[in-house]
Amino acid sequence: MKLRYFAWVRERIGKPEEEVDPPAGVATIADLVTWLSQRGEEYARAFENPRVIRAAIDRAHVRSDAAISGAREIAFFPPMTGG
Amino acid sequence: MAATVRLQREPFDAASEAEKLRRGRSDVGAVVTFTGICRGDEAGAPLLAMTLEHYPDMAEAEIARHVAAAERRWPLLGIAVIHRYGRLQPGEDIVLVVTAAAHRQDAFAAAEFLMDYLKTRAPFWKQIEVAGDGRTDKIWVKAKRSDDALADRWTPSSRRPAAE
Repeated sequence: MKLRYFAWVRERIGKPEEEVDPPAGVATIADLVTWLSQRGEEYARAFENPRVIRAAIDRAHVRSDAAISGAREIAFFPPMTGG
Repeated sequence: MAATVRLQREPFDAASEAEKLRRGRSDVGAVVTFTGICRGDEAGAPLLAMTLEHYPDMAEAEIARHVAAAERRWPLLGIAVIHRYGRLQPGEDIVLVVTAAAHRQDAFAAAEFLMDYLKTRAPFWKQIEVAGDGRTDKIWVKAKRSDDALADRWTPSSRRPAAE
């Protein structure tokens, strides 16, 4: 699946997007954040406060308990400041 | 019902967009035009520039969802939302919301509803440039709790998702 990162999440991880293949046990957005945090310092830093991270699956907002199976694109970003 | 949703770098013409919603119609009795503008200061410090990052594919879809919600909720005769992205200078327009209805209550309420949701759910992120000690600091603007509270007004508390 494709992951996309925005704003300071993107800056801390160091890239705007990547393809990942998480193992079967990674079932929800929260699981995915935990799994990503273990991939390296930059990920740990980006996700150090998971409560502040927002997610979207296939371009729609989801909560942290949303299931990720079947997702084509998952995005992580800070609270929005549009408008 | 005519609904325009556009994302663009370029400035927009608010008067022209509003005029399109009323042109040739005798049923429009109220047009509300809201323009959000880049101010020249943030928390007391002079702002040199503001850059709006966005999630292109999601932003249009998300704004369109809110436009559809506004249409279901109020008897509107036209809506236009234009949101800019990229690097803006103080004084430049950021966002336009225009609503047209037979009566003013609906036009005002729908415009406020759309702005409250744009502030909290549209995937844009503002980064401002302020003068530091002999350098320019780039700071990500933090989302405001007051914006979340304003957006929550439109949903009865019994139907709001539980806080995370």
